[in-house]
Amino acid sequence: MQQKKRFNTTFWLLIVPVLLWLVVLIVLPHLDLLISSFQVKNSAGENVFSLNNYLAFFNNDIYWGTFLKTAGYAVFVTLLAFVISFPVAFYLTKVISKKYAGLLVLLLLIPLWVGELVTVYGWMILLGDHGVINHFLLFLGMIDKPINMLYTDLSMVIGLLYMSMLFMVVPIMTTLESLDDAYIEAASDLGAGKWTIFTKIIIPYSMPGIISGAIIVFMLVIGDFLAPDILGGKHSLWFTEQIYSKFLQTFNWGEGAAFGFLLLFLSSAIVWLALKLSGQKLEKVGS
Amino acid sequence: MKRKILLAVSVLLFTSGVPFAKETLKIITWKGYAPKALVKKFEKETGIRVKITYSNNEEMIAKLRATRGAGFDLAQPSQDRISFVQKQFPVYQPIDYAKVNTDQLVPSMLDAVKKNTLVEGKSYAVPFCYGTTGLIVNKKEAPEANDWSALWNPKYKGKISYRLKRPILIATAFGLGEDPFALYDDIEAYKKLMAKVEKKLIETKSYVKSYWTSGDTQVNIIKSGDANVISGWDGKGWEVHKVNPDIDYVAPKSGALGWIDTFAIPAKAKNVEAAYQWINFMLSAKNAAYFTNKEKYGTASKGAPEFLDEEIKADFKRSFTPEDIENIKWQPPVPAGFEAIESEVLDRIKAAR
Repeated sequence: MQQKKRFNTTFWLLIVPVLLWLVVLIVLPHLDLLISSFQVKNSAGENVFSLNNYLAFFNNDIYWGTFLKTAGYAVFVTLLAFVISFPVAFYLTKVISKKYAGLLVLLLLIPLWVGELVTVYGWMILLGDHGVINHFLLFLGMIDKPINMLYTDLSMVIGLLYMSMLFMVVPIMTTLESLDDAYIEAASDLGAGKWTIFTKIIIPYSMPGIISGAIIVFMLVIGDFLAPDILGGKHSLWFTEQIYSKFLQTFNWGEGAAFGFLLLFLSSAIVWLALKLSGQKLEKVGS
Repeated sequence: MKRKILLAVSVLLFTSGVPFAKETLKIITWKGYAPKALVKKFEKETGIRVKITYSNNEEMIAKLRATRGAGFDLAQPSQDRISFVQKQFPVYQPIDYAKVNTDQLVPSMLDAVKKNTLVEGKSYAVPFCYGTTGLIVNKKEAPEANDWSALWNPKYKGKISYRLKRPILIATAFGLGEDPFALYDDIEAYKKLMAKVEKKLIETKSYVKSYWTSGDTQVNIIKSGDANVISGWDGKGWEVHKVNPDIDYVAPKSGALGWIDTFAIPAKAKNVEAAYQWINFMLSAKNAAYFTNKEKYGTASKGAPEFLDEEIKADFKRSFTPEDIENIKWQPPVPAGFEAIESEVLDRIKAAR
């Protein structure tokens, strides 16, 4: 009895701050935004219910066009992240010894410690017309004029990839670690080639990891602001930048809020679609 | 025992956020507008602790609007961005000019700011500093760039940069021989002018290397050689000139855009007295001169020129002929609703291929 009561006090002490945090800092502001996304000012300056904020998105090709472009790039970066991350994850879990794997994972983590802004500026130094890479290529005589790399779609994709790649590596590593090497050996003994083993055993087995990594990367990229803003250059209008300018430049918070919710719903819909197409279940992926 | 520790920890967590009783002054301002040395001096003289938050015009308005004018004791918006904000969302309180040491201010500037921030018979700001937006040019690479039109001159293709915000729309209009400020009371004509500006900037978009986004990226893009002709702020241009004499600020022939940044007190400021103390402190001749010597922006303090470095005066003389000064386009208050037109134009330019 005594034991149970003590548990209760501790339980409440721990749960109350969490609930307060969730309700006050996350649920309430979202509700407030949701309400303002359905409000417009009428000619008398009063707030009235309206769907106009949402309709603005569909009626103006610049808004949905930007969203489509942003989503397209997010899918592309997610695919690239998979292509690059999978060999890395495979190497770290199955090829080298555990002793070095720890150290290498630590090295992978370093860019996360310094923060996105710093890494973005780092890429600016590397990719600029007079940056490290161009300087090096000029020095080697491989080019005679600097290549324009910074402020292009290329530099933006590099920036997005760099900040999100790790979130693909880690989930894949986790699933690969639980893959018993005996499966691979058995398949090999039974005469399966490398490609068959890869596509019939390794990929299906690590699918939950791949999908959860893909969801994280996709969401991070579609909601990113810094890399498109700083590295992207003149064509890189990102949907988040439009939300930002609704709030900060035109002071139209209603439309800004509506666009925020559209980003949330549309990107969730894309994730749902991807889960359906790949035949994965969210519960399985989440574990 | 466990329970006690948990209790103690949670009590500590909830109370540690409460600051110890000491007077503080919370300022939201631009980077560089509250130099460390002056903050320390102020703290020593008055015993008031100063807390600085860096921001820009847009964020200042958004933050104050979100809190309905609470959270800060003093803000520093540009003078043309006060009256329309105040009319829509009352985030500031009127200035009590009796508490401002107006004797130490340049009278014409004080009058202009009072007039431009007038809402329902009351004024909302005290001038602090001024400057101009013009061109920053690498004179070795682009010796002839001397007007806004250089920003769409095919000669500098691939070496052009500007900030894709409202000043470039205004500047392009002037560069095309129009006067956007004259259309501030005719929204339809202004829309037409903006359409013309949009066309020009989209047609010549391929000449642009990149759009810079902040004071830092502005300096970075010209210093690194990634661009040779950019739009920029006078103080920044002179700052780069010191490091690389080839680069300098140039006042465009069709008119540099003049801005005045101010002090304004948020509606729910907690420490209004300290805010006035800070205003008077920053505008005293010596302190204002220290700011100008460091950041190179002009000051609204009357007595400051006496304490300015020779170099500052030389910078100004090099970039501005008397005609250039006469031709500075001081920005009148932006009418409500105009930002929405401009924002759509900016979005379309940015999205254009």
